[in-house]
Amino acid sequence: MNATVTPALPLGDDALILSHRLGEWAGHAPVLEEEVALANIALDLLGQARILLSMAGDEDELAYLREERQFRNLQLVEQPNGDFAHTIARQLYFSTYQELLFNQLAADESELTPLAAKAVKEVAYHRDHAEQWTLRLGDGTDESHARMQRALDALWRFTGELFEPVAGLDVPWSALRSDWTASITTILDRATLTVPEGPQHSAWTAGAGRQGLHTEPFGRMLAEMQHLHRSHPGATW
Amino acid sequence: MVTTTALEEELRALAGSVPDPELPVLTLAELGVLRDLRVTAPDRVEVRLTPTYTGCPAIEAMSADIERVLHDHGIAEVEVQTVLSPPWTTDAITAEGRRKLAEFGIAPPRPTGPASGPVAVDLAIRCPNCGSTDTTLLSRFSSTACKALRRCESCREPFDHFKEL
Repeated sequence: MNATVTPALPLGDDALILSHRLGEWAGHAPVLEEEVALANIALDLLGQARILLSMAGDEDELAYLREERQFRNLQLVEQPNGDFAHTIARQLYFSTYQELLFNQLAADESELTPLAAKAVKEVAYHRDHAEQWTLRLGDGTDESHARMQRALDALWRFTGELFEPVAGLDVPWSALRSDWTASITTILDRATLTVPEGPQHSAWTAGAGRQGLHTEPFGRMLAEMQHLHRSHPGATW
Repeated sequence: MVTTTALEEELRALAGSVPDPELPVLTLAELGVLRDLRVTAPDRVEVRLTPTYTGCPAIEAMSADIERVLHDHGIAEVEVQTVLSPPWTTDAITAEGRRKLAEFGIAPPRPTGPASGPVAVDLAIRCPNCGSTDTTLLSRFSSTACKALRRCESCREPFDHFKEL
């Protein structure tokens, strides 16, 4: 397996892992329309992952045969689905970041440009979906407001990593951070929610996912994701 | 300047006439996903195809269908390549394609605006059943990633809308 240092690997891992997490909602989403929406977003992300991981090596080997420490995804995307509010908070934080990042990459000239230019139009729908739910839950009932705020607070400590430089990407990270913060602040204000005030890192999460350090739930998720391929090597439909 | 031969035009029309596997009322030419077809050697053809969505699972079926129809036409070697750039947009769907979508009960996509900025969802979308423009969005994602689910407030029928991309 040849996991090279191309930035396609960490970005592909983000897409793959979040796709898998969203796929876990299949059969469990609160309403049928939402089941379909989350599965469609997962499918878009899986399409991104296949193209990005193919730039870094063999897509199946990279997805199914790497160990936990070899994955370079953000810790944010591996966080468990939690309740629906947690999933929406994760979607809001990530899709806002991904849209800004892909817009940047789409404007450059690199091996990632074609994929970024293609995917950013789909990601705009992911971000819109997350924003509409954030508004509805935040400005909804006392219960939905409280749970949405709790989810935003709980995931806040994983957002600092979004702006850690990725090797091989020439991106103005501090500008990306300001744009992301402005966008999140605007939507949370409209949703009558509060921008969390806690640290955006804990001591051991600074850039950690990009270095292969992951949180405890990730290993179990990988075990499930890789189980079939590892049990039946070379199996095809 | 690369010119197209009569044979290439004939084969391109043939490949373009393949129906979309998920929306069989549309051909690949009407969907606007067939980018190029070149005869690179006697009995060898290269086809360029672009996906509608990055994760669109139909692309593999499209490739296989194109290979089959060209093989049936006597071309021994067919290579279908997937290209991402420039990205496909719903503006690539032909006027005939839009007409067929509406006839099939799917509201066709509106012309797209600038690539950036918020996703426009509020401009009038016409109900394919009764023609009313009084329709509301039920879900941003429907039976496939490329469609949204709407409901007509006049005839009360739910329907799919091919989202602008």
